[in-house]
Amino acid sequence: MLLRTRPAIRSSEITDKKLYLRRREFIQAAAVTAVGAAAGTLGVPQADAAPSWPRVKVPNFAKSPYGADEKPNAYQDATTYNNFYEFGVEKEDPSNNAGPLKTKPWTVKVDGLVDKPADYQLEDFIKPYALEERIYRMRCVERWSMVIPWIGFPLASLLKTVQPAPTAKFVEFTTLFNPQQMPGQRRDVLRWPYVEGLRLDEAMHPLAILAVGLYGEYLPNQNGAPIRLVVPWKYGFKGIKSIVRIRLTDRQPMNSWQLSAPSEYGFYSNVNPSVDHPRWSQARERRIGEFFMRPTLVFNGYGDQVASLYAGMDLKKNY
Amino acid sequence: MKPTVLAAGLLPLLVLIWRAFNAALGANPLLEITHETGDWTLRFIVITLAITPVRRLTGWHALIRFRRMMGLYAFFYGSLHFLIYVIADRFAGLDFRDGIWAWSTARGLVASIWEDVYKRPYITVGFIGLAAMAPLAVTSTTGWIRRLGGRNWNRLHRLIYATAVAGVIHYWWLVKADILHPAIYASLVALLLGFRAFRT
Repeated sequence: MLLRTRPAIRSSEITDKKLYLRRREFIQAAAVTAVGAAAGTLGVPQADAAPSWPRVKVPNFAKSPYGADEKPNAYQDATTYNNFYEFGVEKEDPSNNAGPLKTKPWTVKVDGLVDKPADYQLEDFIKPYALEERIYRMRCVERWSMVIPWIGFPLASLLKTVQPAPTAKFVEFTTLFNPQQMPGQRRDVLRWPYVEGLRLDEAMHPLAILAVGLYGEYLPNQNGAPIRLVVPWKYGFKGIKSIVRIRLTDRQPMNSWQLSAPSEYGFYSNVNPSVDHPRWSQARERRIGEFFMRPTLVFNGYGDQVASLYAGMDLKKNY
Repeated sequence: MKPTVLAAGLLPLLVLIWRAFNAALGANPLLEITHETGDWTLRFIVITLAITPVRRLTGWHALIRFRRMMGLYAFFYGSLHFLIYVIADRFAGLDFRDGIWAWSTARGLVASIWEDVYKRPYITVGFIGLAAMAPLAVTSTTGWIRRLGGRNWNRLHRLIYATAVAGVIHYWWLVKADILHPAIYASLVALLLGFRAFRT
């Protein structure tokens, strides 16, 4: 009897075992390449390897006990996910568009109801104060949050230097207006320049700082260089960036977001889980980098220090 | 031609997946995916609405072959948009009193979605827009056209006009200050619906 011994499949057609075992990898790679090519033609932004802005270390600053228990977000998060409408309304706009902002020389005007009004060069403005690092939680009104190691000095130190008049009750801050360097200002998304304000006792609170750096380096432009406000118990938009003017006044300043949508944003804007934004609940927040949302804490967790500022006030009315 | 268009409709999804695997979705990827799928829903609605005017203006009648497909893609991206919202915005915000795998989680999720749909006008209108597309997706087959008859089918499928309006309002109400993008969609939808209202 004749047995047919020729195999049904020629050996040349048999896939090499090693290749066969890697077939999934291959298909995956092919898919990634195909999609990648498609994405490339659609102009999808690639993940940036190195930042395009200068990174300069702050030579001298002290560590402080603030926030030692918190784990800061990635540097990339804090420097590429920004609300800074002066450079565009998308989160990636500031890091993409803020490069041309000239922060040297920079003048800060201090005026209004103060005994010592002056126009300061930034270097002279900062020089008298010891810089320290403060690791603060930052809660955005849009329901996300980060932990950021700021470098700065207490706003109170500055106010003590310039000596508010006895009639002064509020501090008003103003951002640079320069549509040439701040392309977002070419459209009336908000009324420019951006204005923020604090009650004088809030401004004197030791937690409120003027920041000049983060993560051990001077502020990148997209984070509000060269100097910005950080008030950790309030929603992030109170932290006005690229400040050119600090004015003491006896009238409550009209801050930009209140002017834009008074039913949604108030003057105080203290972080408060029990006061909803009209369009979303503020009870929880997504810490950038996490999936599950955390419960939002009243005064962003700084209630022990700041709640006394608002004793007897209706925080639902004064949102 | 048809397979090419079919594949092209999947491209936005593939790009999103590619970006997800290449850490190119930014610091808040869940929100980015939510916004992208929402944007593509509106784009496919606009494309669907544009087919009839373009046919009439150019005489390129073969386009009609793609209308149902474009409408189905609008529903597809709308459903993805809703699914991502349910997972990233509702599920992730539950308190999981009895752990994740519990009946209370399912109940809490339904309650949380319902509360949002009921309480937040921009969610309400978005939900209505998506819900209005569901019967259109179901009856998108040739069998259903035959069963309903061409005239009834066409009448039913005018519901897409409501979805288009709802979609634009949904977007408009959710932006914080810059209404440029919703305004662009609003003008496109107004133009395409206006074409139907004013043609003789």
